[in-house]
Amino acid sequence: MQYMKPSTATEASDILARNEGAARILGGGTDLLVQMRSGMIEPEMIVDIKHLDGITDITAEDGGLRIGAAVSGQRLGEHEGARAMWPGVVEACELIGSTQIQGRCTMAGNLCNGGPAADSVPAMIAAAAVARIEGPKGARDCPVEEFVTGPGKTVLGKGEFVSSIFLPARPKAASDAYLRFIPRTEMDIAVASAGVNIVLADDGTIKSARVALGAVGPKVVLVADAADAIIGSKLEDPAITALVRACEAAASPIDDKRGTVEFRTTVVGVLAKRAARIAMDRAQENATGEKT
Amino acid sequence: MKNIHVSTTLNGDDAEFVCAPEETLLDALRNRLGLSGAKEGCGTGDCGACTVEMDGRLVCSCLVLGAEAQGAQIKTVEGMAIGEALHPLQQAFIDHAALQCGICTPGILVAAKNLLERNPDPTDTEIRYWLAGNLCRCTGYDKIIKAVQIAAADMRGA
Amino acid sequence: MNFQSNTKANFKVVGTRVPRPDGVDKVTGRALYGADFNVPGMQVGLILRSPHAHATINSIDTSKATALPGVKAVVTSADLGVPEDESLRDVQDNCLARGKVLYDGHAVAAVAAKDMATAKAALKLIKVDYTPLPHVTDVDAAMKLDAPVVQEARADESVPEGCGPNVTHYCEFGHGDLESGFGMADLILERSFTTAATHQGYIEPHACVASYGTDDKADLWCTTQGQYFVRDLCSGILGIEGSQLRVTASEIGGGFGGKTTVFIEPVALALSRKAGRPVKIVMSRVDVFRATGPTVSSSMDVRIGMTKDGRITAAEAKLRYQGGAFPCGTVDMGAQAAFAAYDLKAVRTQGWNALTNRPKEAAYRAPGAPMAIYAVESVVDELCQQLDLDPLDVRILNAADAGTKSSYGPTFDQIGLMATLEAAKEHDHYHAPLGENQGRGLSCGFWFNFGGNTSVSLAINSDGTVSVTEGNPDIGGSRASISMMAAEELGVAYEKVRTIITDTSSLGQNDVTDGSRVTFAVGLATIKAARAAIRVMCGRVAKIWGIDEDAVVWEDGAAKPSGPNAGDFEPMTLADIAAISSETGGPIAGHHEVNAEGAGVSFGVHLADVEVDPETGATKVLRYTVFQDAGKAVHPDYVEGQMQGGAAQGIGWALNEEYIYGDDGRLQNAGFLDYRIPVASDLPNIDTVILEIPNPGHPYGVRGVGETPIVPPLAALSNAVSRAIGVRLHELPMSPPKILKAVMAKG
Repeated sequence: MQYMKPSTATEASDILARNEGAARILGGGTDLLVQMRSGMIEPEMIVDIKHLDGITDITAEDGGLRIGAAVSGQRLGEHEGARAMWPGVVEACELIGSTQIQGRCTMAGNLCNGGPAADSVPAMIAAAAVARIEGPKGARDCPVEEFVTGPGKTVLGKGEFVSSIFLPARPKAASDAYLRFIPRTEMDIAVASAGVNIVLADDGTIKSARVALGAVGPKVVLVADAADAIIGSKLEDPAITALVRACEAAASPIDDKRGTVEFRTTVVGVLAKRAARIAMDRAQENATGEKT
Repeated sequence: MKNIHVSTTLNGDDAEFVCAPEETLLDALRNRLGLSGAKEGCGTGDCGACTVEMDGRLVCSCLVLGAEAQGAQIKTVEGMAIGEALHPLQQAFIDHAALQCGICTPGILVAAKNLLERNPDPTDTEIRYWLAGNLCRCTGYDKIIKAVQIAAADMRGA
Repeated sequence: MNFQSNTKANFKVVGTRVPRPDGVDKVTGRALYGADFNVPGMQVGLILRSPHAHATINSIDTSKATALPGVKAVVTSADLGVPEDESLRDVQDNCLARGKVLYDGHAVAAVAAKDMATAKAALKLIKVDYTPLPHVTDVDAAMKLDAPVVQEARADESVPEGCGPNVTHYCEFGHGDLESGFGMADLILERSFTTAATHQGYIEPHACVASYGTDDKADLWCTTQGQYFVRDLCSGILGIEGSQLRVTASEIGGGFGGKTTVFIEPVALALSRKAGRPVKIVMSRVDVFRATGPTVSSSMDVRIGMTKDGRITAAEAKLRYQGGAFPCGTVDMGAQAAFAAYDLKAVRTQGWNALTNRPKEAAYRAPGAPMAIYAVESVVDELCQQLDLDPLDVRILNAADAGTKSSYGPTFDQIGLMATLEAAKEHDHYHAPLGENQGRGLSCGFWFNFGGNTSVSLAINSDGTVSVTEGNPDIGGSRASISMMAAEELGVAYEKVRTIITDTSSLGQNDVTDGSRVTFAVGLATIKAARAAIRVMCGRVAKIWGIDEDAVVWEDGAAKPSGPNAGDFEPMTLADIAAISSETGGPIAGHHEVNAEGAGVSFGVHLADVEVDPETGATKVLRYTVFQDAGKAVHPDYVEGQMQGGAAQGIGWALNEEYIYGDDGRLQNAGFLDYRIPVASDLPNIDTVILEIPNPGHPYGVRGVGETPIVPPLAALSNAVSRAIGVRLHELPMSPPKILKAVMAKG
């Protein structure tokens, strides 16, 4: 095995292209090293991307934020601007693993792993985040909701890797939230999860919304019906009921060691409901400047 | 397979070692640098027994490659005491029986020290969530949380 | 000396909270655990394990692995003999499968190589030809007449006619007339329960270094709860004499019963013998879960009759346990413990053990008791609920006490059950208000406690210090308590004593650190060794003073004349006597060897408050209090630690921990990610109340405290959750999907 430490995106892309299938990206390593340890993968080459320009930076861009692919969960959590603008995304990212994992794990890695239970992904999809992909032909952008194509499968082609995640600008009267269910209080993989992002109209009703659900299907799903259920409402009971129904309908989970179909379907609706209420409270607070 | 030469800073001292590309920082610490305070309980980042500090952040050293330590500042449990003087956390753990078998203790001490450097006056809940990645099977955590609080109070007073 | 009438009351050292002697080592990283030990020339040992739940091994081709450069030895069961002793043969066959693999993860072959990469490559080159066989992992399925047969003809003489082929053991305990007892009841409830297998979950994986010489002399360093037992098993398996194998225990990173046997040690010795070099084996966490001993899983029926004022009139339990692919007697302990907390006129327990295609069970803290008592305490709680009775009052009304003929036969001496129940009743926890979706549960717990073979040597050093040599690994602060008892008895400062845990060649037999025996039995032997040394010291002083030995007494760390008639002499301290020992007859020491009896049973009561999220089935433990009789708490911090740690393990068992097998018979959750032991944020503070009802069998009144506290949490949590959601649960763990299902079924 070889350990490579490219210093430019072109160099990284070149190494990946030349070693297709045999090379693996090392960002935080919190999934990669586990997979290597279990014998699940035996890469011939490790490409450590932490030394690329800007890869560990959080920068303001077009009113939004660009999060480098090697920014750790803890680092993101320390960024006041990110917390204020996208609290749901930040809290989702902070739920990945323990404090120790937080010191290393990244949103980009969480995304590239392609798992349906990845904590940061529903929040990113709800936020309409966009992944920046570097490759042999230069950079391209891909909405996070289109990035994962199946369990463990992504749109990344030969020589491509994610270099950053862009969290777009948002109006003042808006916010987001993410909740997951795990059997313990920490250290588990989500059994079901929900990310909700809302924007309020001047009258306090929901003008637009995005609801994404995790761990209830082969990949994280953006549920338009769930968003439609709450748009135009102030989360009154009928809207909440419709949201829960839409989420339950969109869930197509499996029975496994972590949960049953019945449990996941029920709980994902509960989580969406609760996350929507948190997002609503935050958005109202942002709109009025007062805690609700 | 070609070994990699790594220059790093270990508990404040310059240190060098060679390791295989796939070798973890934990293996390098234990087998190349002779520091066996960090333990391997799982090898998958689930138990925290291998916790060390890398550039000011806690990491599971089983999930870091040795090669990544190049140019980094690594701190382990072996660097906590200054000469004969134990760190207040170490003293509190002894004085208040915060360990039974002691296998999780090095990881917990390193993690708790990092917490108190960020937050000198944490609540019990904050300590419990901060240490959620450090499994202890002996104590039920009760005396660990109390010892961290006692050390924190001691350090705030000092 | 007659301890019955002379339990010590005034203590100077015992009962204080001194710093443990191994504290600095363990907070600085200096302490050496199993995997921390290395020797020059050491090879890496790695074990190949079965991917099948049950299969015939047709052949094992090791030729390619053996030929790989850097490989020093490959072993299979063919490299070992076949021990005559059945239980030793089972241990060996569990370490390296012979003929068949019996569970997913069963060891098949092992290699020793120059490094890990070579060892891994060599494992891949071993070709095992299997024929898969039908498998069974569930205890009820395994009990059936037409179940897949795990091992042929393993039933012992206890098994009655008509049992299925996997039933290896049957037991029955009790007394009185059940029929007339149930006839007197106003309410009879019969309920069935299941509990999942749980793992001890020690954070330190098994590890050892074996060094076997061409002269058939061998050394073994390993993490274990009992180096002597490791020696006996390994020398038996390797076919060498016990004296030629020296076993040294490292510091141990948790055991809880799981390190009372061998898994890798005989393999490492066999590899070392074949390779002619030292071999180190460290288990991976995955292998620890797949192939070391979890506890039994169970299926149980309990029937209890009660009068409307709360008197239990009759009780019976049927316990079906599986302890994996080898015969196992754990159900005996469950059947004896089930009703131990109650004074019953009519009681019967029956137990069956069945073989399954799971790893060989190893002891886990009060083995067999938690599940049986969970079932009993659940039914008692439901009776109280249905009869509208206070569950603590009902326990007090029916509690076993001194003079009670226990449900398993013996008549109890002084026991602490009533005191713990009364302490719980008086405690403010029992009276604190509960909110919505909250419930309070309680349960009694019991463990027998063991004594056993113990050997201690105590040297009075010429500088006035004391060295205690004992043979039981310190799993939770026992060096401190042993030093404290030596200091107490000799009348010297605690700091003057250092207790060392030695290897197998330096003392007589010491039974495993289990059965909550160490503070009791090693403590007892230490006290008697100290008394032996005191007799020597008094003899020396008598000679110096020229008076009768009987005229010298030992008080406050010094020899004194027994009274005015004995003469007028200045007391001589231990240090005075030690300093001139070479002039008075040479070194001074005491030792004691005993198969200790009189361990004194242990009772505890736990109170748990929980809140259940009715929309997700998540349970939060809000408050937890442990009440337990310690006899005499030698080091209260570590007594509390046992109570808290046991409670935490029991809470894990009740809520989330379980072995999950797939339809293919393979373990699905072999890691700390999906085998969910409690993390710090899962638990509240665990409050403790120590009661001290002296054990007449120990000079200081000590009882073992380590095991009882894992027993009550199962029912305490189940009762709390059942009361919180208004539905009775009969299955552990109470994972959120099960609770939510019960809540939704209720409507």
